[in-house]
Amino acid sequence: MKINKIILSFISAVAILLSTSVVSFAKVVGDKIVLGAAISLTGKYSSNGVHTQNGYNMAVDRINSMGGVKVGGKTYKFEIIYYDDESNPKRAAQLAERLISQDGVEFMLGPYSSGLTKAIAPVTEKYGVPMVEANGASRSLFTKGYKYLFAVLAPANLYLDVAIRTAVELNGGKGVRIAQAFEQDAFSQDVRLGILDAAKETGSEIIIDDKLPKELNDMAATLVKVKQMKPDVLVVSGHTKGALTAIRQIAEMKVDVPMLAMTHCDAAKLSKQHGKNSQYALCASQWHKTLTYKDNFFKDGMTYAADFQKEFGYDPPYQSAESSAALLVFKDAFERANSFDQKKVRDALAATNMQTFYGNIKFAPGGQNVDKPMVLFQVMCDGAGKCENKVVAPLKWASAKLIHPIPKWSDR
Amino acid sequence: MDFMVFQYPMITVQACLDGILLGILFALIAYGMALQWGVMNIINIAQGDLVILGGYIAYFMYLYGIHPAWGVIVAPIIMYFVGVGLYKLVINKVVDRDLFISILATFGISILFMQLMNFAFGADVVLANSGYGTTFLFDSAVVLPNSKIFSAFISILFAICLVIYMKKSKLGRAIRATAQNARAAKILGVDTEKVYAATFGLNAALCGVAGALISITFTIHPYMGLPYTIRSFMIVIVAGLGNLPGVAMSGMGLGVFEEFADYILGTEFRIGSVFLLLVLILVYRRFKLSRKREYLK
Repeated sequence: MKINKIILSFISAVAILLSTSVVSFAKVVGDKIVLGAAISLTGKYSSNGVHTQNGYNMAVDRINSMGGVKVGGKTYKFEIIYYDDESNPKRAAQLAERLISQDGVEFMLGPYSSGLTKAIAPVTEKYGVPMVEANGASRSLFTKGYKYLFAVLAPANLYLDVAIRTAVELNGGKGVRIAQAFEQDAFSQDVRLGILDAAKETGSEIIIDDKLPKELNDMAATLVKVKQMKPDVLVVSGHTKGALTAIRQIAEMKVDVPMLAMTHCDAAKLSKQHGKNSQYALCASQWHKTLTYKDNFFKDGMTYAADFQKEFGYDPPYQSAESSAALLVFKDAFERANSFDQKKVRDALAATNMQTFYGNIKFAPGGQNVDKPMVLFQVMCDGAGKCENKVVAPLKWASAKLIHPIPKWSDR
Repeated sequence: MDFMVFQYPMITVQACLDGILLGILFALIAYGMALQWGVMNIINIAQGDLVILGGYIAYFMYLYGIHPAWGVIVAPIIMYFVGVGLYKLVINKVVDRDLFISILATFGISILFMQLMNFAFGADVVLANSGYGTTFLFDSAVVLPNSKIFSAFISILFAICLVIYMKKSKLGRAIRATAQNARAAKILGVDTEKVYAATFGLNAALCGVAGALISITFTIHPYMGLPYTIRSFMIVIVAGLGNLPGVAMSGMGLGVFEEFADYILGTEFRIGSVFLLLVLILVYRRFKLSRKREYLK
C-alpha cells in the first residue's frame, strides 16, 4: 500500500514537473515560432476543418522555405501545434486554454466556423493572446470589443449584400421583391441581417422570410410559396445542406425565379457534382482563384490553386485560401513589430495594411477585414453539361457576364 | 403563424400529397421498429442511423456510376447482415433484460455509428441524383418530384412483401409466434435466438431500403439519423405494436401534420412540432391508462 502511494506521488510529481517545464519551452523556441490551433479534424465540420489545416500547412511550408520570419536580425520558422476540437465549441475552448496555459503558446490561429471562433475568442482575449482567424465570419465576433482577434475575411453580413444590390441595379434602381430562407445558426442569421440592411437601403421588400431547421432536408414548403408569390430574388443560406437541398428541390419542382443567390456552393461542390441542376445559381465567396491580387509568396490565385492542387490533390476552396492568408498576416506583423512581445505584435496586427494573393487585408477596430469585398460567382454550363464557377461581380474582377434573369425551366 | 396553406386550395392539396408521400416512407421505417419492438421488446435508438447507413450504400453506388435506385435492392441485403452482426455482437446480450438496458445499448450503437460514418464517409452532406424528373398536376399548380412518388411506391411494395412473408413463410410464422409468447415458442421448438437475429436483420434491411430512398429524395449526413428514430418511435406509439394498417395510417398522418406545421408555423418548427406531438400523445396515453387503472380498482 505504502509503496503504491510513493509511486503515485512520484508519478504526479514528475507529471507536474513536466507540465511546468513545457510552459518554459514552447512559444518561441530556438528558431521556431510556435502557433497554436484547435481545428475540427473530426465531427461535423471535419471536411472544412481539413481545408483549414491544409491552408495553414501550405503557408507554413511556403514561408519557411522562402526564408522564414525575420525578427531582431534573426530568422525564425513557423510551427503549428494542432489539436482536434471534434467540432465541439466546449472542447475548442478547453483546447485553447490548454494551448495557452500548458503548451505555452503565445500566438493563435483560428478554428473553423463562427461558432467555434466564438468559443475560443474569450479565452485568447483573457490571456491577451493575439489570434488571427480565417474562418469565423459572424458579425457578432466583431462587435464584442475584442482587442486580440483579427479576421482576414469579410464579415458574414456582407456575403450576399452584393447580390441584392446587383438585382436592384438590374431592376433600374427600383427595389426588388425578396424571398429568403436561412438556417438558424450564427452565420446564416448574420447573412440574413445583411440582406435586411441591403433591402432597407435599396427600398426592397421581403415577401418570404423563412427559417430552416438544423435537420433540414426538405424545403418544399418554402419553394411552393416562392412559386406562388413569384419574388425577384430567392436567397438561401444554410451551409452545405441548405445549398444542396435548395438546388435539388428547385430543379425537381421546377421553381422559376429570376435570381437565385446562395452561400456554400463551392463547399457543396455544386458545379462539379450537380451540374445543370445548379446552373445560374449565384454564390457568395470570400475568394476565387481568378482574382488578380498578388503577393511574394504565392504570387496570385491561379498559382496558389495550381500549387495547392499539386500538394493536396484538389482545387482549393476559399476556406484554404483564407487560412493561408492568416499566416502571411502573422509573418508581416511579426516583422513589423520586430519583437515577440504580445502587445507589440497585437498593435502591429491592428496596423496591418497589405495585399495577399487572397485579397487586401486591413483590419477595422472590431477586428474584421474591411478591405476585401466579397465576390459573387455564377454556375455556368457549356453545351456538354460541364459546369464551372465564373466570377460575375463586382465588375472589376468579373470573368463572365451575369446571366439575368435566369431562363425558365421550360425553356432550358 | 401563416395560414397561406388554407387560402390557396392548390397549396393545401400540395401539402397533403407531399405529406402522404413522405409519411409512407416514415411508415416503412416505423414498421421495422414496431417489428423488433414487438418481437424482442427492444426500442432501437439506432434506427435512424441504420437508415442513414443504407443511404450511404445507395450514395456510393451512385458515385460509382450505378443508378441509386438499385440501392433499394443492394442496401437491404448488406444491411441485413449488418443487422444480424449487430445482434450477435450486442443485442443478444440485452434482449432479455430491462427495456432501459436495451435503450442504453442501442443509444451507444447510435453514437458509434454516427462517428464511424463520419469517420469513413466524411462530414459532407451528400445526395444521389435519380434524374427522375417531375410530375405536374392540375395545370402545374401541384408539383410532385417523381423521386418522391418512386419512394412511396417502393415503400408500399416492400411493406406488402413483408406482410405476405410474415403470414406465409416458416420464419415469418416463427417470428409471430415468438412475438406472442417467446417461452411457449421455445418449448414448441422455435429457435428464438435465430428468430431474434432474423428480426433484427429484417429491421435493418427495411432501414436500408428507406435509407436508399432518402438518399434519392432528400439528403444524407452522418448525424441526421435521430429525426428518423424519433418519427418512427412516434408512429409506433400512436399505432401500437403489430398493427400494420395503423402504422401506415399514422405514418401518413404524421407526414401531413409535418407539412402543415411547416406551412403554418414555419420550417423551423417542423421537427419541433413532431416532438411536441410526441409529448402530447404520451401525456394523453398516460391519462387514458390511469383512468383505466382507476376503473379496475
